[in-house]
Amino acid sequence: MIQINNISKSFSGRSVIQNISFTFEAGKVSMIIGESGSGKTTLLKCMVGLNEIDTGEVLFDGRNFYDLDFLGKKEIRKEIGMLFQGGALFDSKTVEENVVFPISMFTDLSASEKRDRANFCLQRVNLENANNLYPSELSGGMKKRVAIARAIAVQPKYLFCDEPNSGLDPKTSIIIDNLIKEITEEYNITTIVITHDMNSVIEIGDHIMFIYKGENWWQGNKQEILKTDNQEVCDFVYATKFMKDLKTKF
Amino acid sequence: MQLFFHFGRYFILIKRAFAKPEKFSVYINRIFEEMYILGVGSLGIVAIISIFMGAVITIQTAFNFESPLLPFYAVGVAVRDSMILEFSPAIVSLILAGKVGSSIASEIGTMRVTEQIDALEIMGINSSGYLIFPKIMASVLFNPILIVFSMFLGIAGGYVIGVMSGVVSSHQYIYGITYDFRQFNVIYALIKSAVFAFIIASVPAYFGYYTNGGALEVGRSSTKGVVYSSVLILAFDLILTKLLLT
Repeated sequence: MIQINNISKSFSGRSVIQNISFTFEAGKVSMIIGESGSGKTTLLKCMVGLNEIDTGEVLFDGRNFYDLDFLGKKEIRKEIGMLFQGGALFDSKTVEENVVFPISMFTDLSASEKRDRANFCLQRVNLENANNLYPSELSGGMKKRVAIARAIAVQPKYLFCDEPNSGLDPKTSIIIDNLIKEITEEYNITTIVITHDMNSVIEIGDHIMFIYKGENWWQGNKQEILKTDNQEVCDFVYATKFMKDLKTKF
Repeated sequence: MQLFFHFGRYFILIKRAFAKPEKFSVYINRIFEEMYILGVGSLGIVAIISIFMGAVITIQTAFNFESPLLPFYAVGVAVRDSMILEFSPAIVSLILAGKVGSSIASEIGTMRVTEQIDALEIMGINSSGYLIFPKIMASVLFNPILIVFSMFLGIAGGYVIGVMSGVVSSHQYIYGITYDFRQFNVIYALIKSAVFAFIIASVPAYFGYYTNGGALEVGRSSTKGVVYSSVLILAFDLILTKLLLT
C-alpha cells in the first residue's frame, strides 16, 4: 500500500501540485487521470523520488520515502517497477538483456537461471521469439511489453505506469491494460497508472483520482465516475461527442 | 556564480560515481566493455595521426637544420622528445576528447532525455556509478596504453619517412632517439595522459548527465563536453608541465 499525504510541488515558484492526499491499495489498479499539464506525471515522479517534494510525505507500507537516507531510498526503489511512457528500454541491450539487467544487479542467480526468469517474464507478457531483438527493432506495443517484463522481473511490490497505452492502437491498448490488471492481482502489487484513456479507466481502474489544476479534485471508482455531476470531471470524461451521445442515451 | 555551480555539481556527481557499486562483477564487466569501445575503438585514429605527425616532425626538423654544426641525429632527438613530451600525451588526448568525449556526452545525454537514466534510478541503481565510473576507469587505464602506442608509432613514422626521403640516415636517426634518453619523460607523459583521460571521460559525462530537453540539447551537451574538456586538457598540460618539469 502507498499513502501520500499533503504532497505539494512547485517549479520556480509556480505551483504544480497542491496538497494531494490519496491511498493506493495493494492488489488494485489505481488510476490517476486529468488534463495534460494538470500535474499527473509530476505527482508520479514525486512519489518515486525523481522530483523532490516541497511538503508532504509518501509512505510505502508505512515507510516515509523522504525520511530515508540514500541507501534507504535505494532499498525502496528495488521494490518498485516502473513503466515509462516511451518504454525507457536500454538501447544498447537486446530484449533479453533488458529484462535480465535488474535480475543481474540484485540477485546472485546463475546465467541460466537469469535467462529462465527473463523468458518467464517475456512469456508472461506474451512476447516470445524476440529475445535477440534490439529496442529499435520493436513496435510500440512490443516495447511496452518488454518494459512490463523488465518491471516485473524482480517481482516488485509497487508498479508505476506512466501512460502505458499512449501511442498504441485500441486493440494493443486493451492487451496492455489487461496485462497490467492481471499482474497486479496475480502478484498483489500496488499499481498506479497515469492515463488519459477513459477506456482504460473503465476497463481496469479500481480506484480513480482526478487531478485538476494540481489538486485532487475528485476520487471514486469506475461506476461513480460515470455518474458524477462534478463539472470538471464530466468535461474530461465526456469530452468527445461519442461519450456525450452515450451519456444522453443511457 | 555559474562556474561555482558547475564545479560543485561536477564534484558531487563524481563523488556519487565513485560510491560503492551495487555489484562489483557487473561493474568490472562494464569497465572491460568501455575499454573496448573507448580504447580499442580509438586505436585506428591514434595510429594514423601518430604516424603522420612523426613523419611531419622529421621532415620539418631536418628542413630547418641550416647550420652544419648541428648533427643530423638531432632529428631523431627532436622527434622522440616532441612525441613523448607533448604530441602523444597532449595532442592525442585533445583528439580523443573530440572523438571519445562527444560519444560519451551524446550517449549519456540521450539516455537522460529518453528516461533511461530515470529507469536506472527507479531500479535502485546508482546511475552515475553505473554509467560514469566504468568510463572513467576504462579511460584512465587504457589511455596511457594508447599514448605509449602513439609514441612508438610516431617515432617509427619519423624513421620510415626520414630514411625513405633521405633527410636522415637510419644510423643517425636511431642514434638520435637513444641519445640522452630520460626515463622520467615517459613517466611524465603517462602521468599527464592519466589526468587527461580522467578529464576526457568525466567532463563530457557531466554535461551528458545533466542534459535537459531533447535532441538539440543532446547536441549542445556534446559540444560543451568537447570544448570544456579540451580547454581543461590545455590548462592541466601547463600546470602539470610546470609542476613536473621545472
